[in-house]
Amino acid sequence: MPETRYTKDHEWVRLDGTTATVGITDYAQQALGDLVFVDLPEPGRTVAAGDTCAVVESVKAASDIFAPVAGHVAAVNAAIVDDPSLVNRDPAGEGWFFRLEGVTADPSALMDEAAYKAFLETL
Amino acid sequence: MTDRREATLERAVTEAETELARTPLDALHRRLGARMVPFAGYAMPLQYEAGIMAEHLHCRAEAALFDVSHMGQASLEGEAAAAALERLVPGDILGLKPWRQRYTLLTDDAGGILDDLMIANLGARFLLIVNASRKAFDFAHIAAALPATVRLVPHPDHALLALQGPAAARVLARLDPGLAALPFLGVAEARLLGTRAIIARSGYTGEDGFEISVPAEAAERLASALLAEPEVRPAGLGARDSLRLEAGLCLYGADIDTTTTPIEAGLGWTIGKRRRLAWDFPGGAAIRAQHDHGPARLRVGIRPEGRAPARAGAQLLDASGAEIGGITSGCFSPSLNAPIAMGYVASAFAPEGTKLAALVRGKPLPCAVAPMPFVPHRYLR
Repeated sequence: MPETRYTKDHEWVRLDGTTATVGITDYAQQALGDLVFVDLPEPGRTVAAGDTCAVVESVKAASDIFAPVAGHVAAVNAAIVDDPSLVNRDPAGEGWFFRLEGVTADPSALMDEAAYKAFLETL
Repeated sequence: MTDRREATLERAVTEAETELARTPLDALHRRLGARMVPFAGYAMPLQYEAGIMAEHLHCRAEAALFDVSHMGQASLEGEAAAAALERLVPGDILGLKPWRQRYTLLTDDAGGILDDLMIANLGARFLLIVNASRKAFDFAHIAAALPATVRLVPHPDHALLALQGPAAARVLARLDPGLAALPFLGVAEARLLGTRAIIARSGYTGEDGFEISVPAEAAERLASALLAEPEVRPAGLGARDSLRLEAGLCLYGADIDTTTTPIEAGLGWTIGKRRRLAWDFPGGAAIRAQHDHGPARLRVGIRPEGRAPARAGAQLLDASGAEIGGITSGCFSPSLNAPIAMGYVASAFAPEGTKLAALVRGKPLPCAVAPMPFVPHRYLR
């Protein structure tokens, strides 16, 4: 059964076996503001946890998106490249970024929802 | 998610978040849900709940209200104040008629730009509006150059509001019908809601609009009254930056500074005709040489292909990959739904249409030199 975990970089990771789907949190999309450009990783690329693998741009700033866990890029969400505002409208759903396969990371190394909410309280 | 690079706006931000100064509209910003950021030592609204995109487009469509009280305001009073100013700027100040305003530059002896500023002739005095990040420097620099008969009096007790957009005149006329007739770069003194205000028909967005100086204690009442008008919404520094970039206007500290001259920056038009006979202002000899022989580099507009913005700090490359310049301001243009930028290029690459590449995240992004303004000015003419 999939479980959603979070990083301190305000990304969410939906872990399902050896598959991880990655996006940014509602907090992140609000902080970034209206997104105007998204650059996604090449499918097939192997990434280590912490690697920069996507970029989002708002009117005034660019921000990196990191691989929250190691794996190889199996799919990317072309819909957010065509319409970056999808990330603002539905960050946890239609606005997902990419899917990693071959993931062996221990979910407990990442924050669960309660821990992420507590983390947001500290900001 | 981590900010790759602070945008131009925040370059002037002081590191210390403590001891930030607050403008007279600070409480109003917070009530309006502004996201406050440090800028030039002040807590300033970056954006309100609507966001930069909506605030920007609303300014182009109707009217936006900006708090620019962080900017420096000062009066210059006394015998021969205009002549004293002409020793510091290349603009024609002796020829600046009463109740008119002019954009000019403080230059240094090498021809570099110390600041850009607006000077208004109020009859009995001049009103100077300078950049927030430069006001301490500017005021000391100006005061040190004045003869005994001229006094510089800063106005830290005054707020400055900018009402910008095609509906601005219609809105302001409800407070004082006479203001609709103010010409572009005209200045008036009027009572707004019972408070004495200095109103200039100018701004930093490329739209028709006004900048309004009022005593600090009257600022919130005036801002609230303007925001109560149906056409007016608040806009923050984020929209201010994207609006001025679309209008091709320079941001001090990004597009112009002491390493750039008025000629390189395309601001030669600020040098008064009479001043070009004598070149008797700081850096006059160096600026004249560039004017006569052409500068080695020029400020130009840049249009990247595709949707990825090229931002300040990006190198500009020619077809062979050699560095020929760099971007000083870049953003995504809400009006054009495309990225825009400005920067400096070696003069051979300055003609419109020249193909270049901007180095963005290590990859060359194709772009072309483009005319500015990116969005036509709609000043009252």
